[in-house]
Amino acid sequence: MLYDVLIIGAGVIGCAIARELSKYSVKIGVVEKEPDVSFGTSSRNSAVLHSGINYLPGTGRAELDVKGNAMMDELCASLKVPLKRIGKLTVALKEEDLPGLYKQKNQGEANGTPGMELMDNDKMRTIQPGIEGILGLWTPTSAIISSFGLTIALAENAKANGVDFHLNSEVTAIEKGEDALTVVTSDGKRYSSRVVINSAGLHCDEVSAMAGFVGAKIWSCRGEYYVLDKRLNGSLKTLIYPVPGPNDPGLGIHLTPTVDGNILIGPSAAYITDPKESREDYRATHEIMEDLKREGLRLLPDLSASDFIRNFSGNRPKQTPPEKGGNADFTIEDVSEKVAPGKKIGFIHLLGMESPGLTSSPAIALKVKGMVEKHVALSPRTDFIAERPGFTGTFSELPLEQRMDLIRTEPEYGEIFCRCEQITKKEIRDAIENPMSVRTMSSIKYRARAMMGRCQGGFCVPRIVRMLRDEYGFNPEDYFVRKDAPMFAGRVRESARGGVSK
Amino acid sequence: MSEYDVVIVGGGPAGLAAAIAAKTSGCDDVLLIERDRILGGILNQCIHDGFGLHRFNEALSGPEYAARFIDQLRSLSIPTMQSSIVLDLSTKDGKPSLLVSRLGELVKISAKSVVLSMGCRERPRGALAIPGHRPSGVYTAGAAQNLINLENIMPGKRAVILGSGDIGLIMARRMTLEGAKVESVFEVLPWSSGLPRNIQQCLVDYDIPLYLSTTVVDIVGMKRLEGVKVAEVDKDRKQIPGTERFVPCDTLLLSVGLIPENELARGAGIAMSPITGGPLVDDTCMTSAPGVFSCGNALHVHDLVDWVSEEAERAGRSAAVYAGGKKTGSEKKTVQVRPGAGVRYVMPDHLVGDDAILAFRVLVPARNGKVQLVSRGVDGEKVIKEETHARLHPAEMIRIRVLPSEVSALGAGDVLEVRVP
Repeated sequence: MLYDVLIIGAGVIGCAIARELSKYSVKIGVVEKEPDVSFGTSSRNSAVLHSGINYLPGTGRAELDVKGNAMMDELCASLKVPLKRIGKLTVALKEEDLPGLYKQKNQGEANGTPGMELMDNDKMRTIQPGIEGILGLWTPTSAIISSFGLTIALAENAKANGVDFHLNSEVTAIEKGEDALTVVTSDGKRYSSRVVINSAGLHCDEVSAMAGFVGAKIWSCRGEYYVLDKRLNGSLKTLIYPVPGPNDPGLGIHLTPTVDGNILIGPSAAYITDPKESREDYRATHEIMEDLKREGLRLLPDLSASDFIRNFSGNRPKQTPPEKGGNADFTIEDVSEKVAPGKKIGFIHLLGMESPGLTSSPAIALKVKGMVEKHVALSPRTDFIAERPGFTGTFSELPLEQRMDLIRTEPEYGEIFCRCEQITKKEIRDAIENPMSVRTMSSIKYRARAMMGRCQGGFCVPRIVRMLRDEYGFNPEDYFVRKDAPMFAGRVRESARGGVSK
Repeated sequence: MSEYDVVIVGGGPAGLAAAIAAKTSGCDDVLLIERDRILGGILNQCIHDGFGLHRFNEALSGPEYAARFIDQLRSLSIPTMQSSIVLDLSTKDGKPSLLVSRLGELVKISAKSVVLSMGCRERPRGALAIPGHRPSGVYTAGAAQNLINLENIMPGKRAVILGSGDIGLIMARRMTLEGAKVESVFEVLPWSSGLPRNIQQCLVDYDIPLYLSTTVVDIVGMKRLEGVKVAEVDKDRKQIPGTERFVPCDTLLLSVGLIPENELARGAGIAMSPITGGPLVDDTCMTSAPGVFSCGNALHVHDLVDWVSEEAERAGRSAAVYAGGKKTGSEKKTVQVRPGAGVRYVMPDHLVGDDAILAFRVLVPARNGKVQLVSRGVDGEKVIKEETHARLHPAEMIRIRVLPSEVSALGAGDVLEVRVP
């Protein structure tokens, strides 16, 4: 297979690049080691769009964040991705926090963050009743979004526009030819391409090394979260962040409402320093779980134990080593000359795409498009499909009359599969029959939101299992949560279903 | 909008008994709504025996127990809506109405009275806050029971069970009978949370060890579960250093508590008990919303289905009386019922009638323990009844009948307290 552009890694940035380039008449492929898109950092974060106040003026992070943020309304509207512009208050609790707060405001001004406003406590309380703090910085363009929803939508739309996705395809080698790079994957397949874009997230240094680029180094820095029950939906009107310290590797532990009505507590920041530990080790640790609980109770005193419904972790691909901390700027470089000097080959890598990678993703895609253009002519297509079908959000959030109408045409919208989140059989079916043709339980979860509610799948999992068996011919060994994570050991008795065996 | 006199939400053991009782006590217009395809609720997956010992003096399997009620329901021609789920309960202007969703329609149903009998759900892993990975192979015991007994799917081959609740014990035996190796059952408390007969019949008889004051402190495996780390805990449930050990397994079953299912009650603004997780009810099972009744595991988690049926019959009768326009209790007085020393909760929250069964759970196990029923009023405290129980155990619900003479001796505003002195 010869591509014009091959993208390694189907996170939000890889998918945004694929979708952007699919507007042009070029042959595009994406290789991804996981069975689905958005299985790494892109689905494991606070799902916040940042306004741009946190970044040093003149950096790529500052520029791409503000630009990306401004592109999101239109993008999310065409792709039917939930987005809520709830704004953010960065709050100084004491005098010592003020210099940090002013620094953020100055950065915001330099970076072009729109609509900033300093607020005293009374004014802050008109936004978030009862909030403590002496001075707050209000940034109205801060927003919450479905991060996996965006990644999946970008991928589906890219695929609808002709992009090939090769999932379960881990890159094992990159070979140099005269006018193309050949990417070899774990299943033995070979994909040649004139331009290769490395957006491999936690593994982008390893991928660049395979292409012969020396000197990239990524550290995985884990952030743990707690998910709170929807009972608290509405108690948080906006995003509330503390003023970050100068060497914090993240933005500090805070509460984040999600577009689905839950609240996240987190993230912590702990580098994975043990070389034996995987960069994708998403464990929850006792100490940090305790910290997050304590912090949650401090911020929301009426929380009860049953409100903590789940924890998860996400790992940041950082270029700054543990002893240094803080953040480095994004590295988005065309390193073709270092990888294949004098040849007609393009190699672009994206290193250290931590926060605000999600916010910046559409702007990064534009920037990368500019780099690709130096290698491949990009002529716009007239048949580009910009819209994704369907409606934004979940069926249960639609007005009653609209739901009744939809049930008349699609009866399965009446059949509830997930009691906690009121997900219908039609939504499960759409998730099972997704355009990416992925059928892991996690894929169904990210698309339909089933298993994410307070019973954590107790009600819907048996129903989904039965549906996959009865309507999609699944055998017990066909069910996977993720790659290499089988759900079941087999049948209880082979003869129990008329001697069927496999 | 369709209208009924009595609508029962949930067709498990509680809903079935409530529907039958409503109909047999004179209400002709009863509807039962069940979210599953078939009636019987969780009993359908309980293929072991031991149901009905008190009620029928027989050891029935779950489906057999359910069948007795389903047959009666059918012979009484009580209509049912199956594969139908109630999304919302509203009690605006004192008139209950329900929003029901099913294949092809979303309908509103109004009722003169409603019985909430949705049962309970299992506490998931998230609520336990166990550190570690998120591999496949971690199931609640009830989910594993559903897979094995109804879907012919074996969740794993080498299991550890956390929590000694009855479903966990039943599943230890079930997994063993189906060829899996059950390594151990771990219980964080210094006593088992299951019935003694289940400890004997499900663990001892199969040489499955039960470790008390021991819990899972880490889940290991980035893909499929590879094992769990367990450790002993002290009386404050704090891990004892040096007691940690690794137990290899591919399956972890959680049997760590049941949570009454009350999204509908909460959504309708019904007053809830923080202890039981169910609504606060009087002895007719009426909640704080007039005409809305609650019973079975949605009200409080029972250990025996026999008492679920009995309680649900009371709720069904009361719902029929209410729908008929009559008062469900006496107008004379309301007596508050409170848990005293050594008692976790008492059901009901208050009495409006002359005759009641108080159901309660103790906090710690005891042999030959005394239980006192105490009245507290303006005249001070009076022990009105004292019983000695050979065995008091948190896993077993205890019931005391309060006689009309005892109730009539109470003054208005008196508090009735159950305590274990």
